[in-house]
Amino acid sequence: MSDVAHDAIDFAPPVEVEEEELYHAKTWLGRYVFSQDAKVIAIQYSCTAIAIGVVALGLSLLMRLQLGFPNEFELIDPSNYLQFVTMHGMIMVIYLLTALFLGGFGNYLIPLMVGARDMVFPYVNMISFWVYFVAVLVLVASFFVPGGSTGAGWTLYPPQAISPGTPGATWGILLMLVSLVLFIIGFTMGGLNYVVTVLQARTRGMSLMRLPLTIWGIFMATVLALLAFPALFVSAIMMILDLMLGTSFFMPAMVSLGDQTAYDGGSPILFQHLFWFFGHPEVYIVALPAFGIVSDLLSTHARKAIFGYRMMVWAIVAIGALSFIVWAHHMYVSGMNPYFGFFFATTTLIIAVPTAIKVYNWVLTLWRGNIRLNVPMLFAIGFIFTFINGGLTGLFLGNVTVDLPLSDTYFVIAHFHMVMAVSPILVVFGAIYHWYPKITGRMLDETLGKIHFWMTFLGTYAIYYPMHYLGFEGLPRRYFSYGDTDFMSASSQDLNAAITVAAFFVAFAQLFFFYNLFVSYFRGKESGPNPWEATTLEWQTPHTPPKHGNFDELPLVYRWAYDYSLPGAVADFIPQNVPPSEVEMIKEGSGDEQTS
Amino acid sequence: MTYTVVFMVMLMGTVAWWLVKQTLNQEPWSAADGDPDSVRSEGVRSSTTAAPLPPKKLALGVFLAVATTLFALFISAYSIRMEYGDWRPMPEPTILWVNSGILILSSLFLQYAWTSAKRENMDAVRVGVAGGGVLAVAFIIGQLMAWSQLSDSGYLVSGNPANAFFYMLTGVHGLHLLGGLIALSKSVRRVWGTSDMATLQLGTELCAVYWHYLLAIWVILFGFMLST
Repeated sequence: MSDVAHDAIDFAPPVEVEEEELYHAKTWLGRYVFSQDAKVIAIQYSCTAIAIGVVALGLSLLMRLQLGFPNEFELIDPSNYLQFVTMHGMIMVIYLLTALFLGGFGNYLIPLMVGARDMVFPYVNMISFWVYFVAVLVLVASFFVPGGSTGAGWTLYPPQAISPGTPGATWGILLMLVSLVLFIIGFTMGGLNYVVTVLQARTRGMSLMRLPLTIWGIFMATVLALLAFPALFVSAIMMILDLMLGTSFFMPAMVSLGDQTAYDGGSPILFQHLFWFFGHPEVYIVALPAFGIVSDLLSTHARKAIFGYRMMVWAIVAIGALSFIVWAHHMYVSGMNPYFGFFFATTTLIIAVPTAIKVYNWVLTLWRGNIRLNVPMLFAIGFIFTFINGGLTGLFLGNVTVDLPLSDTYFVIAHFHMVMAVSPILVVFGAIYHWYPKITGRMLDETLGKIHFWMTFLGTYAIYYPMHYLGFEGLPRRYFSYGDTDFMSASSQDLNAAITVAAFFVAFAQLFFFYNLFVSYFRGKESGPNPWEATTLEWQTPHTPPKHGNFDELPLVYRWAYDYSLPGAVADFIPQNVPPSEVEMIKEGSGDEQTS
Repeated sequence: MTYTVVFMVMLMGTVAWWLVKQTLNQEPWSAADGDPDSVRSEGVRSSTTAAPLPPKKLALGVFLAVATTLFALFISAYSIRMEYGDWRPMPEPTILWVNSGILILSSLFLQYAWTSAKRENMDAVRVGVAGGGVLAVAFIIGQLMAWSQLSDSGYLVSGNPANAFFYMLTGVHGLHLLGGLIALSKSVRRVWGTSDMATLQLGTELCAVYWHYLLAIWVILFGFMLST
């Protein structure tokens, strides 16, 4: 069988991994609040992120109320509307998705999946969460300061963001920027941990190419985040200086509310470059962990090895590297040299190649698999649909000439919500249904889960699919209300009302999810250690939920993470830590004994 | 953005090249890899080298990549903003040259501490660490003096983008040095307390590398300020 020749130079024996001294908390406070255990930190991260995410969901409902039924609700005035838009976007992208994927899933899954006892720097990990928590508190505080939170749009473009007349142009924007600076500091501490843990703390035999794709996705996303957040940091610092000390980094000479301001000569375009230098990789910071997780969900529940594992790894790496040279496609409408636009349109289209490879590989993983259509699998398949849909509209928008007329319309809202809001959130749900049994030891309710999936999946389609039409018609985004205009058909308002109804339908569906999470924690069916019959190391822990230190003895890894339905083996899955000598093979000649 | 893009292309190119090289010749699905001894893509913790890379060293390396990105972005912003018409170069006070000398000395002292730690010469380590720390504090005080000299002679932060960049860049650089001093204070406590030699060697090495890095950044920043 072993006909693969190893070059002598190429070969290196597996590394012996040293046992590290674990910190053991002595007090209740140390164990559950200021915990240094990555699993507890993961749950803290997730709960904080989901809590602030629910606030952002509420803001989107308020926006939809205004759009669907203009001026029916007196509690929403134009500045409120802008504040809702801004905070909804910022919270969802950074404080929910980034924190949940990297801080939440990263912390829980990295040590368990690579076979480590904990992160390499547990203390720094703890600080990372608490800095994030303070960042969230500062963000929440900005709702309550004089003038309210900032209403500059989540991109915070100057000069508008800090000019009088914009909602929250003094306190709101200041707290927003301070919160971002804190978030970045906290994230950098966590990110150093994730990268070093993946590179250094893998257990014996767990080579880079035996890592589950979840870890590859989280790893590459962390690298991107570490290198992209500095751009947001720089722009936040410079804007704080413009706001507080009257410098003119971004602020041009201008007349505001009839008065000449003290600013002179600054460049708003400079801010846009810095912001999108962060902003575009941010899309992949959210997407890559989702790509990784969905690969594992598909493979596990289709009982089939992931198709093209090596290609999947390289695609993740390639997408990560390319994501740093496409940022200006967000700035076509800001005006640029046509050659510049051509360059960025080209790189944008090139990035579709590794992305398409991933999509094909997911579909081919399903092809003739022994698909178990349970809730995590439903969400994973739902992700493929939504992602393809949102990704294809991205190909339109990547071209300068198509982008210019569509850029400020609902078409763009439809595009980015499908590709980087709904898609990753579907993966988040799938991942929670998948790993909840490991985290709590109990299964989530299957029926409630299916209701949740179908309502969410169909509901989000009902929200975002019609928005493409609104965009084609030229309905501008960011508007509080439209009044009477010639270019808009009367039915567009009916469509907007329908979208609002769909948005409430989807929000209502989440109640099933939260009810399920809560009730199953107490009454759910006992899951046992490995309910999905998965191969990766987190399902092979001696305790469920895993105790502090994760494993009794560090596992030895003999194979990759995708030995499902291995030809000739009796079981349809072989965990990574099962040595070849213990794999039960079907005896030759005895036919098809117990191959179910 | 040219500086940043060049740096990022180099950095991401290296990361991608390294990762692909680690994974190129691998067939993790093949039966041969069922054997634990066939592991080849071990990444940075390759067992072929005598001593595996300590996690803290790797963490410092990653952090330096992050910090370099940060400074590259600041420098990009600096060079873009400089093109606009309202840029009025500001004079560099003489004290900045003195400060540069102090920072070089500080770096040399820490280098001395590191080499002495390798030779297990405790007295020399103490001299190196203490000297490096005191000089670093002197550098920060010197920078603050430069700030007050400039603002006394009318170069206020909001006066001109050149001034604003000067204050911001020196400030960010100084904050990084302050962070380094916190790490160094841990080493100082180790030198005068009881600690095993290996931890001490690693600590002084990391501090020395970080100091050299901040010195290099300072030289680049100062060069930019002089050239305008």
